[in-house]
Amino acid sequence: MRWLSRSYLALVYLLLYVPIVVLIVFSFNDSRTGFNWGGFSLRWYESLFNNHAMVQAMWNSLWLALTAATVSTCIGALTALALHRYRFRGKKVLNGMLFVVMMSPEIVLAISLLGLFLLLGLKLGYVSLLLAHVTFCLPFVVITVMARLSGFDERLPEAARDLGASDFTMTRTVLIPVIMPALMAGWLLGFTLSMDDVVVSTFVSGPSYEILPLRIYSMVRVGLKPEVNALGTLLLVFSLVMLMLSQWILSRSKQ
Amino acid sequence: MTETLLSLSGISKQFDDKTVLDELSLTIDDGEFITLLGPSGCGKTTLLRMMAGFELPDQGTVTLSGVDITQTPPEKRPLNTVFQNYALFPHMSVFDNVAYGLKMEKRPKAEIQERVEEALAMVQLEDFAKRKPHQLSGGQQQRVAIARAVVKRPKMLLLDEPLSALDYKLRRTMQVELKRLQRELGITFVFVTHDQEEALSMSDRIVVLKDGRIQQLGTPREVYERPANVFTARFVGQTNFFPGRVTKIEGERISVDVFGLNRDLSKPSFRVALNQSLHVLLRPEDIRVLAPDDTEGVAGKIVERNYKGSTLDSVIELEDGSHVMASEFFDEDDPAFDYSIGERVRVSWVDGWEWLLAEEGDEPLTDEEELAADDAEH
Repeated sequence: MRWLSRSYLALVYLLLYVPIVVLIVFSFNDSRTGFNWGGFSLRWYESLFNNHAMVQAMWNSLWLALTAATVSTCIGALTALALHRYRFRGKKVLNGMLFVVMMSPEIVLAISLLGLFLLLGLKLGYVSLLLAHVTFCLPFVVITVMARLSGFDERLPEAARDLGASDFTMTRTVLIPVIMPALMAGWLLGFTLSMDDVVVSTFVSGPSYEILPLRIYSMVRVGLKPEVNALGTLLLVFSLVMLMLSQWILSRSKQ
Repeated sequence: MTETLLSLSGISKQFDDKTVLDELSLTIDDGEFITLLGPSGCGKTTLLRMMAGFELPDQGTVTLSGVDITQTPPEKRPLNTVFQNYALFPHMSVFDNVAYGLKMEKRPKAEIQERVEEALAMVQLEDFAKRKPHQLSGGQQQRVAIARAVVKRPKMLLLDEPLSALDYKLRRTMQVELKRLQRELGITFVFVTHDQEEALSMSDRIVVLKDGRIQQLGTPREVYERPANVFTARFVGQTNFFPGRVTKIEGERISVDVFGLNRDLSKPSFRVALNQSLHVLLRPEDIRVLAPDDTEGVAGKIVERNYKGSTLDSVIELEDGSHVMASEFFDEDDPAFDYSIGERVRVSWVDGWEWLLAEEGDEPLTDEEELAADDAEH
């Protein structure tokens, strides 16, 4: 029995990690065709960095993810605070609408955003991408921050006021530091969502601002180049670093 | 010495059509330890929050040292609060928690350092300044909360059930400590609790609250020995309610028939008429349990006995089915002193130890209801 459960676990992890391991291994493969090992080489990394369009798309994606995550964290945190702190008409509707955005198929959001941008006469590019990305990141941020706020001791702001802090000082010195881990988590979530979004981005991006997922997508359409393996490995390392960073921040805030 | 510090007059407050405070007026003297006592939902916490400034009254005014502070926000009131679950800032060290109020006053660094150390020394937490709140035990967190509130030297300290989260033994220690602090600091303490024992042992005066109204205001001794009404008598300590009937009124003395015994008592402060029914109140410790062949008292039998260490608490069922609680100290001359269930005894009390109350609309609870109320408390 024990042997069975162990091998089952091994199988699950094998299925999870084999593709990733293959990707990493073949990114260092000297051979052009993906199936035979031609020795260790960094040539695909080299050619990746010599591909100017690719590097540009990478920077574009990073910048977009950075700004989209930041903007949606700011708006999302304020929305979560409002929903948590105040009682007002339409609060439930507003709360429910967040879930609608989160649950609705991405393609619906993509089409409606494209329709809206065309109607407004907005040129497709960085601005349209940013607006779209903020839109789909927002509910995730709001929900992350709200979850933290629901466990927030209502007496903390009162204690701060009682000790002489104005509402603004209280927010700065007590509220924000306490919900900081949630803000970080929300930001990272937004960043990741923005970084690998394909569907919405396909609809609302223009030739002036090419981003990484779309670039990769168009690359693999004409055949799988080993450069993509190298790119995938880099992205993987980047995500791991981000993940460890967020874990480190979380564990530090708990101390 | 007994100068009025805070006065509340005609305070009313409603939450969603539910009246929480009903035209309540109260004055608090400078330097006293006053306790707001009542069951949950009686309005005691709302009243405290109104003093702190977290709730605004619908009607009425709050004045502090003669200045109207009804609309003053909490950060501008020279009062500080110790919250029920301490509400320590989790991201700050103990030192920073205590220093918070002084930083808000923009005090110089050296002064903050000195005063925080002094406050921490006062609650015996000098060595814990660098810890975070979650690294402290409940009792230590409690001390930090107190240090944080008193470091600003407020005119008044508001304590919202501060000991309710602590275990029994620690609670006793903290009760003594709070009393000591109050004496040393000379600050007025307003203490909210639902624990009548705590209220009795700590307060200079007790305010008994129910349904947003003051039921009684007096010293612990007055509240315990001379309860103003049935509610107070029932809420503060345990009480036997004996049904009495006035059989004779003569000057300052009246005769009352209790369980067929004719007792000669002094006239109560309320008006009495011949044949009027009234409550004769006796605390369990005022009851005398006598031998079955005694000529005095009412016959009954022991139905329950509880060994409490220093006392022996028993319940005696009288012939008419009513129950009497008795609590007796152990007699050093009789180490074998005990009862067995079913043992026949007689119940009596010393004249003058009873307290008379007029009958009210709400009749005394039955035993079952009483037990249910007891359970709810624990």
